[in-house]
Amino acid sequence: MSAEVQQSSGDGKKKRGGSKQKKMNVRVDFTPMVDMNMLLITFFMLCTSLSKPQTMEISMPSNDDVPEDQQTKVKASQAVTLLLDENNKAYYYLGEPNYKDYTSLKETSYDADGIRELLLKKNRSVVAKINDLKQQKVNLQISQDEYNKLSSDAKGDKSSPTVIIKATDKSTYKNLVDALDEMQICSISKYVIVPVTSGDKFLLENFKSKGAHSANSDNKQ
Amino acid sequence: MAKVKVARKSTFIDMTAMSDVTVLLLTFFMLTSTFVKKEPVKVTTPGSVSEIKIPETNVLQILVDGKGKVFMSLDKQADLAATLESVGGQYGIKFTPEEINKFKLNTTFGVPIKSMKTFLGLSKEKQDEVLANEGMPTDSVDNQFKVWVKTARSLNPDLRIAIKADQETPYSVIKNVMNSLQDLKENRYNLITSLKVTEEEKK
Repeated sequence: MSAEVQQSSGDGKKKRGGSKQKKMNVRVDFTPMVDMNMLLITFFMLCTSLSKPQTMEISMPSNDDVPEDQQTKVKASQAVTLLLDENNKAYYYLGEPNYKDYTSLKETSYDADGIRELLLKKNRSVVAKINDLKQQKVNLQISQDEYNKLSSDAKGDKSSPTVIIKATDKSTYKNLVDALDEMQICSISKYVIVPVTSGDKFLLENFKSKGAHSANSDNKQ
Repeated sequence: MAKVKVARKSTFIDMTAMSDVTVLLLTFFMLTSTFVKKEPVKVTTPGSVSEIKIPETNVLQILVDGKGKVFMSLDKQADLAATLESVGGQYGIKFTPEEINKFKLNTTFGVPIKSMKTFLGLSKEKQDEVLANEGMPTDSVDNQFKVWVKTARSLNPDLRIAIKADQETPYSVIKNVMNSLQDLKENRYNLITSLKVTEEEKK
């Protein structure tokens, strides 16, 4: 069917002027127009990405050498070192590494009952504050701006742990993002990604061999 | 017997209303759409709970695939052209206006600068094919990736750097990219992820 213009014939009334004018019934068939529109809609629907991807903002430490007296020291009691290893395995130790005792390194996972549990426990007071603020925001007691300000204040709490993330070369990008994600979930503001040291490699080897390495090195000394 | 007269009804349906609806939908899609960028390699981003959205413009996206190939994309054609000219200048390669025009058409690029001229001489289909097997050299001997980032940043200081990497990418590759950025004193950047909902938030 193409656009048709139907003519109503017959009932042409005489106008004042006397000239006989046919009254046109202008009824256009819209079917092809709808067809075309549908086609275009389909095209746009398929070609667009409605949801924009999420991002994580991270700040890395700069390469500049910071003089010794300006370096921020982390209290051993507040430090948690997270080692990301191959096959989606993660390990952590608290405070200073203990090279003698392989059990100081503990295996953990990226699941809810893994590293998250530990960090939530360590960061209890801050998490409680943040949850409280979130609730207030939901109840419209505070605005988004206030929430942002208050939550960053809460996150800056002195007692919150500092997490040091060390990813080995064999770990994947997903592991790193998962680890960073845990920081977000646990509202930890102080975390850093640093390269793995030989000491950490030793710890990992030692853990896997159940203390064989440290026993050997003790004998040598 | 009297004939039963079947009233002939016109099957002409008024499509005007329907047309109105479709035009409305079309307008909506046209206004809200941002086109999916063509990427030479398929990348599955890892999930995260982060809800920060990536800015729409002025993004320098670094695309890293699972095998460690690195590509870059810029969203402004003017930036693309200026960057190519400047990088070409640094390596002593002069690009003709046609080559620059061709380069401007692809938002994602990632071939070694030495083969850029031959790459730009290829047809569009061939280019896609070649690009998927190429990648920017990122090793310490000839870190062209660093040069590209540095040049792009110097030409457009508002650029935000975003890394989009496959979830299976070994960390050593990411480390390499991050170290290059660190050398350039680019310490703040974004990691592109897809949305993941944690158990806590589902409750």
